[in-house]
Amino acid sequence: MTVETPIRFSPLSEWQDDFAQLPTGLQVRELPYLTQLTLRVAPGSAAAKAVESALDITLPGPLRAELSGDVKVLWMGPDEWLLAAPEGLQDELLAQLRSAIGDEFAAVTDVSAQRTTLALSGHLVREVLAQGCAIDLDPRATPVGSCLTTLLAQAPITLVVRGEGASSVWLLVRSSFASYLATWLVDAGTEYRGSSG
Amino acid sequence: MQLIACPWCGEREEIEFHYGGEAHIAYPEDPYALDDEQWAQYVFFRDNPKGPFAERWVHSAGCRRWFNALRDTVTHEFLTVYGIGAERPSHTSTAPAAPRAKGQEASR
Repeated sequence: MTVETPIRFSPLSEWQDDFAQLPTGLQVRELPYLTQLTLRVAPGSAAAKAVESALDITLPGPLRAELSGDVKVLWMGPDEWLLAAPEGLQDELLAQLRSAIGDEFAAVTDVSAQRTTLALSGHLVREVLAQGCAIDLDPRATPVGSCLTTLLAQAPITLVVRGEGASSVWLLVRSSFASYLATWLVDAGTEYRGSSG
Repeated sequence: MQLIACPWCGEREEIEFHYGGEAHIAYPEDPYALDDEQWAQYVFFRDNPKGPFAERWVHSAGCRRWFNALRDTVTHEFLTVYGIGAERPSHTSTAPAAPRAKGQEASR
């Protein structure tokens, strides 16, 4: 009996043409297959310090993300972070963190298949998101580096502000919700088509 | 929509939260020592005050953490939120007294 290796596909691989139709003020691109690890550790503990020195970052506080390095660290809860890294680094990063943590109390889990990432950019992003999301994206309320887990059009998402005034954001969405969210985004962007935007 | 202040995430819309019933109901120290009536009291019977009520809430669409809240059942105003293991803060209703029709006085 042979076991066939299933072919990997990203949830939004078929949406590229639809995204290309969106106005220039709302550029949507899927970032498939990002390495994602969930880190559960008590802040300030020895294990947390070990992770921080291994990654050479500081674990961000509530509603913040650390975006400077290759490994982005998103705050998900008071003792929970999501590490997002380029594709294919799961095993390397897991091994690195587990050896850094050693016998201390922490958990690192590979959740790369759980979510896909949408990169949105353009001056319409804030306006379009406002149609389905109650978060205030004014730079005074959510400056660059904000990380909010909330609802967008009733779909659970994690929103990371990467550009001033939400001109560039990441939306991390569960794989099973991704096509719904893509449908919603394409629909929400329709009214701006043909405008100078 | 009503905003609820999650202790971690700040004010968010009500639909991000789920309700967890009355707070400060401790699991019986020795469940086997309870007779059926006492067990029924523990499982089913809850206060139903008109005014401040200590409740459990979970920010299920955000940080997914449980917290306690003191909510005024007359006005739906959240008087305060506090940690899941913390004591119930003493707090009296800040809401203006609701007009009470004769015969509908609050029992407590």
